[in-house]
Amino acid sequence: MLDFLLQRLAISLVTLAVISLIVFTGVRMIPGDPARVLAGTDADEAGLEEVRARYGLRDPLPVQYLRWLSLAVRGDLGESIRTREPVVRTVVRKIPITFELACLSLLVALAIAIPVGVLSAVRRNSLWDYAASALALCGLSVPSFWLGIMLILLVSVRLGWLPASGFVPLFQDPLGNLQRMVMPALVLGTGLAAVLMRQTRNAMIEVLGADYIRTARSKGLAPRAVVFRHAIRNGLVPVVTILGLQTGALMGGAVVTEQIFVVPGFGRLIVEAVFTRDYPLVQGVVLITASAYVGVNLLVDLSYSLLNPRIRVRGAAAER
Amino acid sequence: MSQPAARGHAEVSAGKSTATAVSIEPGRGGPWVRAWRRARRRPPAAVGALVVLVFATLAVGAPWVAPGDPLQGNWSQVRKAPSAAHPLGTDDLGRDVLARVIWGSRISMQAGVFAVLLAMAVGVPLGLIAGFYRGTLDQLLMRLTDAWLAFPFLILAIGLVTILGPSLTNVTVAIGVAATPTFIRLTRGLVLSTREEDYVQGARALGAGDLRLMGRHVLPNVASALLVQATVQIPGAILGEAILSFLGLGVQPPQPSWGTMLNAAQQFLESAPWMAWWPGLAIFALTLSFNLAGDGLRDLLDPRDY
Repeated sequence: MLDFLLQRLAISLVTLAVISLIVFTGVRMIPGDPARVLAGTDADEAGLEEVRARYGLRDPLPVQYLRWLSLAVRGDLGESIRTREPVVRTVVRKIPITFELACLSLLVALAIAIPVGVLSAVRRNSLWDYAASALALCGLSVPSFWLGIMLILLVSVRLGWLPASGFVPLFQDPLGNLQRMVMPALVLGTGLAAVLMRQTRNAMIEVLGADYIRTARSKGLAPRAVVFRHAIRNGLVPVVTILGLQTGALMGGAVVTEQIFVVPGFGRLIVEAVFTRDYPLVQGVVLITASAYVGVNLLVDLSYSLLNPRIRVRGAAAER
Repeated sequence: MSQPAARGHAEVSAGKSTATAVSIEPGRGGPWVRAWRRARRRPPAAVGALVVLVFATLAVGAPWVAPGDPLQGNWSQVRKAPSAAHPLGTDDLGRDVLARVIWGSRISMQAGVFAVLLAMAVGVPLGLIAGFYRGTLDQLLMRLTDAWLAFPFLILAIGLVTILGPSLTNVTVAIGVAATPTFIRLTRGLVLSTREEDYVQGARALGAGDLRLMGRHVLPNVASALLVQATVQIPGAILGEAILSFLGLGVQPPQPSWGTMLNAAQQFLESAPWMAWWPGLAIFALTLSFNLAGDGLRDLLDPRDY
């Protein structure tokens, strides 16, 4: 078990190091004077000098990288060109909004995917199963931003049920906040629901074919009890891993969804940063997103080993 | 000597895996007849392939098929609802939406296909080398792809467009670069198992060089899986282009990309909703068809799964 943990941790650290190298190289590939890139077009000579000194831009590249990395590790990713606010503080301010959106979308996705997926597996090759598979394929193919626009068209413009935009903070007006988050969460949750539903169905089909399910059935357990007490518990384990791998898609999807529904989360932040050529901010957001992805998947791997004792046992056997 | 050995194996494996299919359909009829028989057994895949073909035809034949100029505005025809003269209506500058949707298919196809070709051109050789030689280079490449894959697809593409600047070419490059690690991973995995196969070992024993082994024996045997992956990635790349253009980071107006059309449509949802319907439906139809066709292709090439 400990071996497994250490190994996963080591791989994650290496991945993080390579990520930082990619981001560093990317910023250096922006044409023009790097000091100008990092200080902004309206910085004066003093401002440029300050940036040059801070990042040691006259040193050789490897030295520059190490200096930049040591600042980044301490949570210093420079400051936004536009607002002069530290990048980390800007991003941290935006995270709760996107986090709320992601959690709600996840809720939507799980609420659709698990019941539909389980039922499809239980009633395999039935009309229900085919209909659910067709819907999942549509969910995978529909462009989320178009779905968002169509929802606005129907729910806000035609029916006037929900406001299309105008974010209110959760703790200021919980009801108003939820009213404005329902549609973005639906849009972001749809694609995820489709992926998870397919996974749930496949995992459940595999589990339902297992020996212990046959045993449970043959000892006369009611079909419902077999599914709920035996199959679901084991069938949902692989779904957790997929969830971890989908966090990237969720973060990417948040960029588009926040743009359509004018949610001031960090997806909107990165688009604004790109438009205003706020390179330090873009760099910070990209670096933080990738690191978050590595972190989430490390956690998923660890929880997986807790959920699936076989991994723990294999680790223990290796220790002995 | 090594060549017939490999071909022999390919035939054996094909014969084994399609044994049931062969017994149902005798080898009578030309390739078209056989294709038709196969298509009839999977209507969704056939429809998908047909729709993809239609879009491809539109993309290639846009100058001849499209009714009028996609860039030419007409101030007397601003935001007109669909009519006989403009079957899909006109946009905020009085341009024909149908003409723009048809020209848009060219941009979408271009971005989707070329991005995936780029990803394959880089990813397949790297994966082949990593899987074939293993060792330190393989480890280095795998850590690189780990890190590469940690960037959410869209965020990496946005970051790359920031560096390169927005344009169709740059969006295509950005999406291609973002899709590359998938091909490195997949190719490497396939090569790792294929290189241990008897026919590869046999060819090696007969003195075939590394290049010959990779090109003649390993690559042809992993090609079908790569082809399936490509059909899965193309709709993703098409969506990527549409999203980046929608955000204003891709194809720039007045070029008719489905994404930029949807971006413009957002401001006129109340007065001209048709501006939002058609480009979105086109993206939906094309990605759905690609997915259907890809599923069919996978069944066709890998009958074990079926």
